[in-house]
Amino acid sequence: MTTTDSAPAIVPSFDTPSSEGRKLAIICSKGSLDMAYPGLILANAALGEGVETHMFFTFWGFDMINKKTMGDLKFTPLGNTATHMPQGLGGIPGITHMATSKLKKSIADLDVPEVPEFLEQIVASGGHLWACRMSADMNHLTEEDLYDEVEAIISASDFIEKTEGAQLLFI
Amino acid sequence: MPVTTIDNRQVHVNEEGFLTDPAEWDEAMGKALASQIGIDLGDEHWKAIRFLREDFAARGETPTLRRVTVAGGIPTKQLFQLFPQKPAKKMAYVAGLPKPHGCV
Repeated sequence: MTTTDSAPAIVPSFDTPSSEGRKLAIICSKGSLDMAYPGLILANAALGEGVETHMFFTFWGFDMINKKTMGDLKFTPLGNTATHMPQGLGGIPGITHMATSKLKKSIADLDVPEVPEFLEQIVASGGHLWACRMSADMNHLTEEDLYDEVEAIISASDFIEKTEGAQLLFI
Repeated sequence: MPVTTIDNRQVHVNEEGFLTDPAEWDEAMGKALASQIGIDLGDEHWKAIRFLREDFAARGETPTLRRVTVAGGIPTKQLFQLFPQKPAKKMAYVAGLPKPHGCV
């Protein structure tokens, strides 16, 4: 242990000028349980660091904000070699249900919330949720069908405009 | 580990300035740490800081923002108002605890 008593006091620099005005845009295009989480976790982390965060839900990502499906996303080992299970097993009836339950339990064990509650936390942290116009039109959905905290259904170009200067993640 | 002087007392801190020995903390120290980062502690702040201290004592790790909301009963939105921009880290700093390790 050194005794380098130094004045002024050592204080963390929480508000460094370099991080000022930092923005993050996350495009969520997948509707499976395992692919919903990366965007949610990163959005939540960014907000916790004071980064202005926008999420854009498009194509299958709509399932994350569709009231009918958002609480019931699924995970399947089929076509996912990272489960290290024989691919033939993936087609057996009931496997998707089993794999989904198992993944949900692992996530809950870490005190990580389910998708609707996670979105609620993201909004409470100041995050912005946007829905893709084309996906809404394709599926004949309106704002009524979507999670209440989605700010609006907007076009891709509107989203690009809103996120000018942002760092971008496509998931 | 460096030593720094806060509230006219010498405390051990890491290279960022977070206290490394929770036992060197008391509420007067918390008040002094808060003023270092421009926060004037009110009752609502204290509710959060005391929860952090109790939860750390019970579980051995700094609670994440989500845990302060779910187990500590303080809404996330309010935590962002009390400790702007980086609530989890700012609360940990003021409470004299390490930064939370959890992702969520």
